[in-house]
Amino acid sequence: MKTNTDKKQQHSLELSLLEDFNAELILSVSANLPSFKVAIADLIPILKYLKGQSPVKYEMLFDISAIDESERSDDGYCVFYHLISLTANRDICIRVYLKDDAQTIPSITSIWPSANWYEREIWDMFGLTFSDHPNLTRLLMPEYWQGHPLRKDYSFYATKMPPPFDLDSEDYANIMESYQIPDNRRPDEEDTMLLNIGPNHPGTHGIVRLMTKLRGETLLEITPEIGYHHRGVEKLAERHTYHNYIPYTDRVDYLGGVAGELPYLLAIEQLIGSHVPERATVIRVMLTEFFRLSSHLVWIGSFGHDLGAISPAFYCFKVREEIFDFIELVTGARMHPAFFRVGGVSQDMPDGWQVLAQKACDSMEQCLPELEKLTIKSLIFQNRTRDIGIISREQAIDWGFTGPNLRASGLAWDLRRTRPYCDYDTYDFNIPTAQHNDCFTRIDIRLQEITETLKIIRQAIARLTVMPIGPVQDMDCNDYAFPRKQNTLQDIETLIHHFIDTGRGLNMPKGETFFATETSKGMTGYHIFSEGKSSPYRLRVRTPSIPHFQSVKAVCEGEQIGNLVAYISSIDYVLSDLDR
Amino acid sequence: MNTEFFIYWIVAIIGMFITCIVLVLAAGYMVFLERRGLALFQDRYGPNRVGPFGLLQPIADALKLLTKEFFTPHFADRWLYMLAPRLVVFAVLVSFTVIPLAPGISWASGLNIGLLLILALSSLHIYGVFLGGWASHSQYSQLGSIRTIAQLISYELAMGLSLLGVVILAGSFSIDDIIKAQTIPYIFLQPIGFVIFFLAGIAETHRLPFDMPEAENELAAGYNTEYGGMAFAMFFLGEYLGIILISALTTVLFLGGWHGPFVEDWPWLGAVWLLLKVACILFFFVWMRASVPRTRYDQLMNFGWKYLLPLSLLNVIATALICSFWL
Repeated sequence: MKTNTDKKQQHSLELSLLEDFNAELILSVSANLPSFKVAIADLIPILKYLKGQSPVKYEMLFDISAIDESERSDDGYCVFYHLISLTANRDICIRVYLKDDAQTIPSITSIWPSANWYEREIWDMFGLTFSDHPNLTRLLMPEYWQGHPLRKDYSFYATKMPPPFDLDSEDYANIMESYQIPDNRRPDEEDTMLLNIGPNHPGTHGIVRLMTKLRGETLLEITPEIGYHHRGVEKLAERHTYHNYIPYTDRVDYLGGVAGELPYLLAIEQLIGSHVPERATVIRVMLTEFFRLSSHLVWIGSFGHDLGAISPAFYCFKVREEIFDFIELVTGARMHPAFFRVGGVSQDMPDGWQVLAQKACDSMEQCLPELEKLTIKSLIFQNRTRDIGIISREQAIDWGFTGPNLRASGLAWDLRRTRPYCDYDTYDFNIPTAQHNDCFTRIDIRLQEITETLKIIRQAIARLTVMPIGPVQDMDCNDYAFPRKQNTLQDIETLIHHFIDTGRGLNMPKGETFFATETSKGMTGYHIFSEGKSSPYRLRVRTPSIPHFQSVKAVCEGEQIGNLVAYISSIDYVLSDLDR
Repeated sequence: MNTEFFIYWIVAIIGMFITCIVLVLAAGYMVFLERRGLALFQDRYGPNRVGPFGLLQPIADALKLLTKEFFTPHFADRWLYMLAPRLVVFAVLVSFTVIPLAPGISWASGLNIGLLLILALSSLHIYGVFLGGWASHSQYSQLGSIRTIAQLISYELAMGLSLLGVVILAGSFSIDDIIKAQTIPYIFLQPIGFVIFFLAGIAETHRLPFDMPEAENELAAGYNTEYGGMAFAMFFLGEYLGIILISALTTVLFLGGWHGPFVEDWPWLGAVWLLLKVACILFFFVWMRASVPRTRYDQLMNFGWKYLLPLSLLNVIATALICSFWL
C-alpha cells in the first residue's frame, strides 16, 4: 500500500515538473537518480517547489557541481543540483545548461545556505558566475590562480602549461602580502583583535585557516579559508584509468581507507551491472567497518586532545594499531590498502586472519569503557561539550549534514539502513540517534556507533568463517575487470590480457552512474559520467566534510575560542575530505 | 670579625648556588619523571634512550636548549621580553628559602612573615608569565596573558584565605612554627582549606585542568608562543619549579612537613619524610595531567568566584569561631 502511494506521489511530482516547469526528463542516466533539464529562469522556482511544496519534499541539497560539455556536445556547461528527500528516501537531479561562461546562474544560497561553498567551487573550477552570491571568490585554488582547472581546455600536467610556472620576487611579495591579516575593523571596533588561526595550528587537525575577529575571547567574525589540502582528485580522475584511480579514492578521506573505495566501485559496478560474489561482499563489509572503527578512534583521540585530555589519544592509537595489524595481514597495507577491485576484492582472506580480527575486536571492546571514562563520563569534559555548538534538525538538514552529525539531531538516516548496499540489510545492528545535537551528543553517538560497528564486524567474521571458499571477484564481468593475477602465471593468453588491460585500461560502458555510501564521516558519493572510454569524462566526489566544515562560521560566531575548538573537533572533518 | 664575616658570606653564596643547582636539577628530573610517568599511564615507554632508563634525558634537553640561538622577535618589547622568564625563575627560587628540608635545615624558614613572602612571590611569578605574553606582542601570547591574569584574580583570593585557616590554628606566619604546631597534620583539621589550596595551586602552576594560559589546542602555546631556546627553558623550569614549590608548600602546611616517626631521634629523617610526601603530591600532579581535560577559562573564573571564594571565607570564619570559643 505504502509503495503505491509513493509511486503516485512520484508520478504526480514528475508530471508537475514536466508540465508546470517545462522540465525535460533526461534519459540514459543511472536509475537511482532521475534527472531533469530545466531552463535557467525556472531554476529558483523549481528548487523552491521541490524543497517546500512538491508532493515529495526534497529537503536536503546534497551536492552542486558542473560538467564542461565541450568535448562531448555543444551544450557548453552543465550545472547539476543533486537533492535528497530524507522523508521519501529519494534523489533528484536538476540540471541547467549554459552556452558559455558569459551567462550567469542565479545563486541558490537563499534557499540552502550550504550552496555557498559549492557555488564558489564551481566558480573556482569552471569559471561560471552566480548572480546574487554573497561572496563569489575562489574556494580551493588561491586567489591569484589563473584559469579554471576543471575545464576541458585546462592542461592536465604542470609541464604543459605555457610557460613553465614561475614566480618572480615581485609576484611572490604580492602573493605573500595577500596573506597578511587584512585589518578590516571598523572604527567602533577598536577593542577587537584579529587572530589568524592556522593554516598550521594544533587545534585545526590539519591545514585550514580561520581568520577571526575577537573581542576578549568572543569570536565576532570567522572567515574560513580552505584549499590547502587540495589535490584535484576530480581532475586526476579524467586522466587515470578506472582501475588506476582506486588508490586515489583511499586518500580522499585519508582516515577512511577502503571505506572510500566502496562508493567508487559500487558506482562502477552499478554502471556495468556486475554481481559481486557474496564472499567478496562480506570481506568488503568487514574491512569497511574496521576502517570505520579506525577513523572513529582517531577522531575520539583528537577530540579528547583538543579539550586537553591527552591520554585517550594513546589508548585509541593502540587499538588502532591492532586494527592495522589485521588490515596489513589481509591487504598488505595499513592505511590505504587499495584492496577492492571492480567486481570484488583483490585477494581472499589469508590463513589465520580470524585470530587477528578477533584480537582487534576484543581490545576495542576492552578499551571502550576506558575511553568513555576519560571523555563523556568526565565532568569537565561534559562541561566543555554540553550545550556547545547546538544545531537544530532544520539547520542540520539545510546545511547538508550527514552521518553521525545528522543522526545526533534525531534523524535515523544511515545509508546502510535506508539504502542497503553490500547486504547491510542482513546484518543486525542499531542506528544510534539523539535528540539534542550538541558537541556532547555527537561524541556520544560515535561511541555508540563503535559498539554497533563491532556487532557488524563480529557477524561478518562469523559469516566468513562458515562460508565455503569461493571466488572473490565477479568472473562474469571480464570485459571490465582484470584477469586474476594468479591465472596470469598459468597461460600466456591471460598474461597478455592482464598486461594490456592494466596499461591501457578497460573501457567502461557509456552512461552515468551515482552511488553514495555511509562512510565514517557521513555520505560520500561518487558521480561518474562515462563516455565509453577507459577513464571517466567527469568524476564528481561528494564528501561529507564540506557541508560540515561550512557550518563553523554560522555556529561559532559569538562563541568563545574554547568552544570553537570543541565545535570543530566535534563535527569530525578530515582536511583531505574537505579539499579533495 | 672581618674575616669571619667574609667567610660567612662566601659559604652562604656557595650554599645558595648549590641550592639553586639542586633545585634546577630537581625541576629537570621532575620533567623527566613526568614524561616517564605519563608514558606509564598511557601505555608507552617515554624517553628511555639517553643513559640508563633515559636518566640523562634532562641533561640532553638542557644542553640542546642552551645551544639554541637566543632570538627576540622584532615586534617584541625587547627588555620586558628578556626580563619575563628570569622573573619567573627568580620568584620561584626565592620562595624556596622559607621551606625547611628538615628540622633546622633551611635558609629562612623561621622568617616571621614566611607565608606572606610566599604569597607575594607567587604574585610576582604570575607577573613574569603575564609580562612574557604581553612583551611578545603576538595575539596568541596576549590572549595567554589575559587568561593568566583572569585566572590569577579568580584563585589568588581563595588561596590566601584558605591559608588563613592554617595561620589561625598555628598562630603564626612562620613556616617553622606552622610545622611545629602540626602534631596532627592540618589536612585533618583543615580539609576544606587543603582542597581549596591544592586547587588554587594547580591553577597557579597552570597545570591541567587549569592550563588555559598555554592551552595548546586553542592558543598554540599561549604566553610562551614566541619564546625559544633558553628563554623558553626558563619558563619551563619556572613551571616545574612551581609544581615542586606547591607540592612542598602543601606538605609543610597541611601534611605536617618533616613530621614523621623517629624524627625526634634522628632529625635527618625529617628530610626523608618531607621528600616522600612531596613526591606523592608530585605524582598526583602527573596523574591529574593524564586523566582530566581542560576547563574553559570563564568556567574557572566562575568556579573561583562562586565556589572557592565563599567556601574559603566560610572556612576562615568557622575556624576563627571554633578557635576563639573552644580552644
